[in-house]
Amino acid sequence: MSTELDNIELRPARRRFLKGAAALATTLVAPGVMLYKTGQAANDNGKSIRWGLVIDSNAMSESDVDACVSACQREHGWKTTANSATDAQWVRKVSLRDAESGHQRFLPMMCQHCDNPPCVDVCPTGASFKRADGIVLVNRHTCIGCRYCMMACPYKARSFIHEVLRDQLPVAPRGKGTVESCTLCVHRIDRDGADAVPACAEAVNRGDRKAILFGNLNDPQSEISQRLRQLGALKLRADMGLNPGIRYQGL
Amino acid sequence: MPSPQRYVEIKTSTPIYWSLIVVLAAIALIGIAAAHHMDTEGHHITGMSNQIVWGLPHVFAIFLIVAASGALNLASMASVFSRQEYKPLARFSAILSIALLVGGLAILLLDLGRPDRLIVAMTNYNFKSIFAWNIILYTGFIVIVGAYLWLMMERRMHRWSKPAGLLAFIWRLVLTTGTGSIFGFLIAREAYDSALLAPMFIVMSFAFGLAVFVLLLLLSFKLDRRELGISQLQRLRKLLGLFTAAVLYFVIIFHLTKLYGTQNHDFEHFILLEGGIYTQLFWIVQIGLGSLLPMALVYAPALQTSSKSLVLASLLVILGAFAQLYIIIVGGQAFPLNIFPGYIVESSFFDGVINDYTPSLWEFLLGCGGVTSAVLITLLAIRVLPIMPDGLPEQVQ
Repeated sequence: MSTELDNIELRPARRRFLKGAAALATTLVAPGVMLYKTGQAANDNGKSIRWGLVIDSNAMSESDVDACVSACQREHGWKTTANSATDAQWVRKVSLRDAESGHQRFLPMMCQHCDNPPCVDVCPTGASFKRADGIVLVNRHTCIGCRYCMMACPYKARSFIHEVLRDQLPVAPRGKGTVESCTLCVHRIDRDGADAVPACAEAVNRGDRKAILFGNLNDPQSEISQRLRQLGALKLRADMGLNPGIRYQGL
Repeated sequence: MPSPQRYVEIKTSTPIYWSLIVVLAAIALIGIAAAHHMDTEGHHITGMSNQIVWGLPHVFAIFLIVAASGALNLASMASVFSRQEYKPLARFSAILSIALLVGGLAILLLDLGRPDRLIVAMTNYNFKSIFAWNIILYTGFIVIVGAYLWLMMERRMHRWSKPAGLLAFIWRLVLTTGTGSIFGFLIAREAYDSALLAPMFIVMSFAFGLAVFVLLLLLSFKLDRRELGISQLQRLRKLLGLFTAAVLYFVIIFHLTKLYGTQNHDFEHFILLEGGIYTQLFWIVQIGLGSLLPMALVYAPALQTSSKSLVLASLLVILGAFAQLYIIIVGGQAFPLNIFPGYIVESSFFDGVINDYTPSLWEFLLGCGGVTSAVLITLLAIRVLPIMPDGLPEQVQ
């Protein structure tokens, strides 16, 4: 019976309808599920979660930083093309040279996931937002592409998509005309929690040597908090009082 | 007692009027086509990048938005400050300010990465964002000035035009404060981060708005061969000189403040001495051609009765305005962010270097489209509505 039905002309139309209905249901339900999960993370733990990174610049060679960048590209599907001025760069290699001594070091530079993010303040639609666990993200569904967040960010952490994109990865929905930046590998964090390792950290950490350490800044017992307590670290542009979640050692 | 002022639609029998309308409409359509091209191709076809995120379209848009609030000045002087001599021009002042704002907003909207999400911008507000306030301030301005215009034109409602004028005046001050604060609130960039930008934008609006007002007033009167008395011209001339001087004062104070603290020396060195195009635009166009020369033209005793010198001065003020906004908007982004003070910084993302920007034809066309739309709306409005006084001949004392 079903073969008969399938053979009639209506079949493609019906299939499209079902596909459309499924897509619509997913679109409507999925964000709710996501929000529920995020909300739950905050509710369960009160104020106890703030994800962050400590980056030890002494433990990172130039090739380590390159490895971070490549790992992020593979993870999220952004590429370097010939149009360097308009290419997105979620993380970049920064070379710092001391003007007097000539000493040079290399750092990965990405969204600093500020506690008081100026990008969130200025965003007219609220597309730039900070999750309860401290991760600063862009909602690609409500970003109108005004680029005010890029004007406001003191770290030059954000990129505007200047060209049509194809073959985006499921973990990183991206599209022309919207702004994006480092997500702290939020998809890994939502999957693995405190055991998550962002792609950049995974690319450079070997054994106990953790050049990029991920963890909960609000948990005094976490490895990241202990390292910060023992060795200290620098917040970039600390004078602005933004309290970034990314800290640098060795500067 | 003089007879009440009559307002008459401008006659359109002249072929010049219609050719003007056709040319303006054509440029506006080309501007829309350019925006459509930018939207389908993506912003990579423009000169804008991840370094210079706001470019020429924003220079045009901010010019129009700032001038819009300034164009309302003449109406405010009549309604709020009871200066009767400006009353005949109040209606024109109101319609021009609406038209300029619409032109400016059209550019801003069409330059968005996702202009199709206008509805998102209208329905999702982050009230900490000065941009979100501006969306409310801009739409509110159009509604309030529209109502004000109607109250002025409807004789039975006339007595309400004074409070409406006061509301419009306060609203326009807040609006331009908002526009200046778009930049003033940006703490991260040395070019901005100054409360001075808000009052400076208000004074800029006085000068830019008046310059546009003068040009379109003289054009409309000429199109319909209406008489404009010399004392009316003299008043506009004096105001233009005063406003231009006031802008210059703010510019000097702005740079002196930045120059005083050592932390901003590099930025000031860039704009004032070694910024290439920005330095040239600053000294030659903004200061020389856009401020000093128009003031000379306005105040020169020999030129007091010449309307041509007033037209030239207005054109120069507008030229200087574009240079000033280009330096503020583009020059401010061209100067690199100081993320690692004390280090020589390099990266693949243009850290530590002066950023390049070459505007593309598309951006220019979009900007021109916005300007011509504003002029087009004004010229059509004064044809269908009794906005223009039938003449402002010299009053016999």
